Amino acid sequence: MAHEQHNYLNHQKGIWSWLTTLDHKRIGIMYFVAIMSFFFLGGVFALLVRAELFTPGKTLFSADVYNRMMTYHGAIMVFMVIVPGIPAIFGNFVLPIMIGAKDVAFPRLNLMSWYMLMIGAAITGSTLFLENVDTGWTFYTPYSSIKTGLGVIPMVLGVFIIGFSSILTGLNFIVTTHKLRAPGMTMNRIPLMVWALYSTAILQVLATPVLAITLLLLIAEKTLGVGIFDPQLGGDPVLFQHFFWFYSHPAVYIMILPAMGVISELVATYSRKVIFGYTAIAYSSLAIAGVSFLVWGHHMFVSGQSEFAGILFSFITMLVGVPTAIKLFNWIATMYKGSIRLDAPMLFAIGFMFLFTIGGLTGVYLASTGMDVHFHDTYFVVAHFHYVMVGGTLMALMGALIYWFPKVTGKIYSDLTGRISWVFIFSGFNVTFFPQFILGNMGMPRRYYDYLPTFTELNQMSTFGSWLIGTGFLIGLFGVIYALLKGKEAGNNPFGGKTLEWTIPSPPPHENFESTPVLTGGPYEYR
Amino acid sequence: MNWFSLITATSFMPVPATKESGDVDSLYIFLLVSGLISFIILIGGMVIFIFKYRRKTEDQKSAYITHNTLAEFLWSFIPFVIMMIIFAWGWSVFHDLRRVGEKGDVEVHVTARQWAWTFKYANDIEINSPSDKKLVENDPDSTLLKPEIVVVPVGKTIRFILTSDDVLHSFYVPAFRNKMDAVPGRRTTFTFTPIEKGDFTVFCTEYCGTKHSNMMATIRVVDGEQFAAWQAEKIAGMAGANNKGPAERGEALFKGSLGCSGCHSIDGSRIVGPTFKGLYGNKRDFADGSSVTADDAYIKQSILVPTAKIVAGFPPAMSSFQGRIKEDEIKDIIEFIKTLK
Ligand code: HEM
Ligand SMILES: [Cu+2]
Repeated sequence: MAHEQHNYLNHQKGIWSWLTTLDHKRIGIMYFVAIMSFFFLGGVFALLVRAELFTPGKTLFSADVYNRMMTYHGAIMVFMVIVPGIPAIFGNFVLPIMIGAKDVAFPRLNLMSWYMLMIGAAITGSTLFLENVDTGWTFYTPYSSIKTGLGVIPMVLGVFIIGFSSILTGLNFIVTTHKLRAPGMTMNRIPLMVWALYSTAILQVLATPVLAITLLLLIAEKTLGVGIFDPQLGGDPVLFQHFFWFYSHPAVYIMILPAMGVISELVATYSRKVIFGYTAIAYSSLAIAGVSFLVWGHHMFVSGQSEFAGILFSFITMLVGVPTAIKLFNWIATMYKGSIRLDAPMLFAIGFMFLFTIGGLTGVYLASTGMDVHFHDTYFVVAHFHYVMVGGTLMALMGALIYWFPKVTGKIYSDLTGRISWVFIFSGFNVTFFPQFILGNMGMPRRYYDYLPTFTELNQMSTFGSWLIGTGFLIGLFGVIYALLKGKEAGNNPFGGKTLEWTIPSPPPHENFESTPVLTGGPYEYR
Repeated sequence: MNWFSLITATSFMPVPATKESGDVDSLYIFLLVSGLISFIILIGGMVIFIFKYRRKTEDQKSAYITHNTLAEFLWSFIPFVIMMIIFAWGWSVFHDLRRVGEKGDVEVHVTARQWAWTFKYANDIEINSPSDKKLVENDPDSTLLKPEIVVVPVGKTIRFILTSDDVLHSFYVPAFRNKMDAVPGRRTTFTFTPIEKGDFTVFCTEYCGTKHSNMMATIRVVDGEQFAAWQAEKIAGMAGANNKGPAERGEALFKGSLGCSGCHSIDGSRIVGPTFKGLYGNKRDFADGSSVTADDAYIKQSILVPTAKIVAGFPPAMSSFQGRIKEDEIKDIIEFIKTLK
């Protein structure tokens, strides 16, 4: 190439320049590499867990090994993949550009968040070699505090540090959104992706400290014998559940709100249409963030909490269902009279809506107390949360990857590869998780190493589906490598996006904008 | 049963075996149908739009519609109303499942423990489940143990009063559509009125460690006379047990109410804790490098203060039996261990 353009990728050279970079775009890429490695690990555990369940009785491992794999799968996926995933990777990359800023408000803090994630992950991961943990990702007491090994301590210490990474990222995004918007970009003109990241950030900052304190209390009990959760020491085992879900319920929205942001962008761009009900989508994110603090007790309908508490939590949970439904209606209304192209990212957006609708509707079953009593802690719940979180977040992650890939790398991700990957992931998902709803109906509890022979066929179907999903993600990975090596040059705006990142070169220059953009209208003005 | 509930709720769920479970199934049918309709509206609409508004030419324009207040109000308000119905219905069903404080015609104290249930009737009849026999005999890899049978009379209100000796467990009977956690240090209740006779499986649904999936029992619902006959037979059996020798009493404790067999084998195989085969009179090596010959004092200490000496290669997972075991019961257990050569 005769004339090489100056951009953030060739701005500085060498591995050291990456490890000390303060550029939000490079940090986004570093998150991508790290989180995808965790995802790979979590995925391998998932495939092993499903493989063990292929037949009743012992298939490959002992019960102990199974319980550990199930724990690592859950903990890695939740704390190290889905929670940081979209905000840390794509939020970092696009948020400042989307609001017309040069970088996030605190670039050093941003780099530090990445290091916190790495340190936390290293400590958590070290337990794989030191002493495996078998508590499940929820670490319920008193099992975690008195009945299992000391590996729990480094494990939750790692999660604690990862939590700080999350808090710092959230803080950074809040300040960036408030302070660094380009002239003319009022709060009612920021792209919906930014609204989603902003609501997520609020949750991260407010909810994560509760998890941190809870985990410290658990460590205190386990090492010093302070009686907080352990009834033998005069503690209350159910208290842990209250604390844990006070974080972890909002956390499920930390996982899904950014995905919803991605979907809003994809639906607008690939329908080439102004988003329907911008205000409703934007403010429903805030509403979800707010109300989700008040519903934690719906994980505890059968924990021995009072009947009244159960009813109250059921009521408030129903209220979260409403803004969630509003979002779905808005996306679909955006497609009405649109000019729709079914490129791979749009397929992922559609897949998201399909899976998320099933996940959301089954959430209503679970929110209804009388029904949840039957389904709680069965495979029905496993199916529900995989449909919403994994179907939701991972579909959005894949869509986001292919959509922003040209912007990030300057190369086009092969649409065909994206579509093939989609076929495998989408069909694999349904083959894996739909049978689990039926298993839940039949009464198969979750976290089971062995099961009655009557559950066999459905479990085999589910295991078969997991191979399809695995294949789909491998194809997706192949697409990344292929595009990096052989991808076509992208140009500034290959998909006709309207938000600010499409106005600058791909890959973007070191400081994003040559001159500060000035906004005169909303983000999706397709006329 | 009409065709409708056949293809929906009851086609996958176990037969509804209690008075309350029929109500749960009605709620389930409503949820399924309303959910299916919502799904068809949402996803059906989406699919129609995808085909109808597919971009056909590169410069195809879209309509400029920013919002529609009436549509938005309707699609917020209608789901809200439906969800309130589901909430209220769920509440009324929940109330019937809970029945906190209501006394049962038959009351049974249920104690959960890693990884077994003990059912104790008012007249001291005691059932420990699961047994130490394999549930699926033709599958050598199966780890499930055969559940013991707990008998209750049909048509009566049964109250199980749950607690746990160690960690959280949860008492779940799919055919009853009911479950309740067993919490250490607390009492919770599980109340039901069986209307179907037959055998119903109990699972543990709160993750409780290695053999969580193994923690089963069977509730057998029979008519009043059969229940009385079963009780009489059990009571006669208890009288017989008192005439047994110490080693036999020890064996009953070992496999039964104390649940030692959950963690310790007697045939040399390794479960959670060390096997008792060949324990008595032989040398034990401890994690701290010391060792002793297993005698009465050592076994007694291991039961009362399990953390005092940890056998090398095993986790300190056992909790103390202090307060749960009597002095002569310890003697019986030791007699039993002596027989395991
Ligand atoms: C925004 C998308 C959602 C996400 C990411 C999500 C995620 C989750 C997760 C991770 C769990 C399982 C936690 C565990 O025990 O491991 C769960 C359970 C639950 N979800 Fe959702 N959910 C979503 C939507 C909904 C909706 C819309 C409702 C109700 C209107 C709902 C109601 C429930 C209830 C009641 C439970 C507890 C079920 C039980 O354990 O018995 N969820 N959800
Ligand atoms: Cu249990």
